[in-house]
Amino acid sequence: MNASLGRSIVQAPRILPCGDCALSVEFGNTIDPGINGKVLALDDALRAAAVPGILETVPTYRSLMVHFDPITADYTDLTQRLLSEAEALTSQAVAGRRWKVPVVYGGAHGIDLDDVAERHGMSPARLIELHAGAVYRIYMIGFMPGFAYLGGLDPQLATPRRVQPRARIPAGSIIIGGAQAAVASIECPSGWHLLGRTPVRSYAADRDPVFLFSAGDEIVFDPIDETRWAALERAAEAGEPVAEQVTP
Amino acid sequence: MTALLVKSCGPMTSLQDHGRGGYQRFGVSPSGAMDRRGLALANALVGNPPWTAAIEFVLLGGTLTASGGDLHIAHAGADCALTVDGRPVPPRSTAILRDGQTAEIGSARSGTFAYLAVAGGFSIPPQLGSLSLHLRSRMGGLDGRPLRANDRLECREASHSGPQLHHPADIAQDDGPIRVMLGPQDDYFTPEAIRVFLESEFIVSPQADRMGFQLTGPTLAHAKGFNIVSDGIVEGHIQVPGSGQPIILMRDRQTAGGYPKIATVISADLDRLAQVRPGSPVRFRAVERGEAVAAARAFNTWVEALPAALVPVRSTPTTEDLLAANLIDGAVHALDPSFPE
Repeated sequence: MNASLGRSIVQAPRILPCGDCALSVEFGNTIDPGINGKVLALDDALRAAAVPGILETVPTYRSLMVHFDPITADYTDLTQRLLSEAEALTSQAVAGRRWKVPVVYGGAHGIDLDDVAERHGMSPARLIELHAGAVYRIYMIGFMPGFAYLGGLDPQLATPRRVQPRARIPAGSIIIGGAQAAVASIECPSGWHLLGRTPVRSYAADRDPVFLFSAGDEIVFDPIDETRWAALERAAEAGEPVAEQVTP
Repeated sequence: MTALLVKSCGPMTSLQDHGRGGYQRFGVSPSGAMDRRGLALANALVGNPPWTAAIEFVLLGGTLTASGGDLHIAHAGADCALTVDGRPVPPRSTAILRDGQTAEIGSARSGTFAYLAVAGGFSIPPQLGSLSLHLRSRMGGLDGRPLRANDRLECREASHSGPQLHHPADIAQDDGPIRVMLGPQDDYFTPEAIRVFLESEFIVSPQADRMGFQLTGPTLAHAKGFNIVSDGIVEGHIQVPGSGQPIILMRDRQTAGGYPKIATVISADLDRLAQVRPGSPVRFRAVERGEAVAAARAFNTWVEALPAALVPVRSTPTTEDLLAANLIDGAVHALDPSFPE
């Protein structure tokens, strides 16, 4: 990592046992693009290699969960293979796609926007400018189908989670919690703050593709108005992705 | 088309199979039957492959009626009575549900999760390769929800409508400690916390469902805090939040989470853990990988051997059969020899 930061956060990969059917290959303890890059690179490598006995790999912020068949996979061979793959990673993961995600900020679509702006002593317009001005990286998809955890939130917008989580937030909610940001895919409980809403369905059971985003993709938000939202919402309802792939 | 009509059932009744593997990278919980042994046995009894989707009953039973044809059905898992038009069906046996007849599954007498399989399985489109309901994401099942009265479950043409079968032995009852492997974050706990975890009795709290079993017992102290950057979760992970009270993550678990995991229940013991009722005690024993893998292998062998372990059932005589039969002459066994125990 960047030596000027004065710290080395990418540790030598280590294997953590997770019962008889899984193990975690851990690259570090923090949310960091370098660490997450290693996770995604190992994920790419293993998927390309189709290692016998591995059933499924699941990238998270800082580690790769490897599910395997304990009967056909030899644990010693598997861990040796994983460590040598992990140590041999020369490059970051294949660059993900960049998505332009339309968002209507505030009002009924982002009921916490004004409160969050006030808390940070800025105007709602400034908050939107900061939130929509960043390029976010999808560190992982988790919690709910298609729920995208984002890094890249402007530190000025870091906001502690709500004391009282809400039982339900709408699908497509654009939310922040702590130093993190997210795109909620379906209606779910949440203690994060609602800044806006996108018509984009990152998960749609009847659409091909069912899932729009992958870990490693980038997201930029595109502020839209109510009228545009209504039109895009109809298109999304009809199965259009609505999110646009753009070149960085 | 032959169908099973739901007349009544408990609120958490759902379709479950072996689960929805392969999509965890997209945040999709695998879900699947809480007790795979019950699912596999019920399926074997109707000639299905072991992981065919069946109806999972949770504590409460239900009533179902055959419509449009006869169905071979069987139940296994939690101990509960099954009757067809009021006539008891012996445990671990195939029953025939004639067109218009009603099967009634009683509440579980012990255990929690019971399975009712139908020969051929259900003709319901899977979602991402599975019929398993994951309620929190409204995925799978029938329209992403539990079953309810007036649901119509279309059944596939049974490839097997063969003999009625019976499994002679109950699923092995093992009341021993639940076996765990330590890790992945056992280093987040004090040595004392690990000792307490392995030597104490915990009680499964009423907050136990398909997603997780909250336990109550002695507090497990963290050595270096309880907030970790969220990482992957597997079924059987025992996470310990700030309260120091462990939560065992079960089939409907999320794919990632942010509490340290002290240990992981071995795969072969998750099914019997699932049948431990709220209010009941549970203990843990740490094992090495070799024992866990041997247990996983034994589980697979048991499932594979199920079809060969079944014995044919002589069909229960109808009233007409009884009237036609000479019941006075010859020997009449007091014990029905077709149900050896």
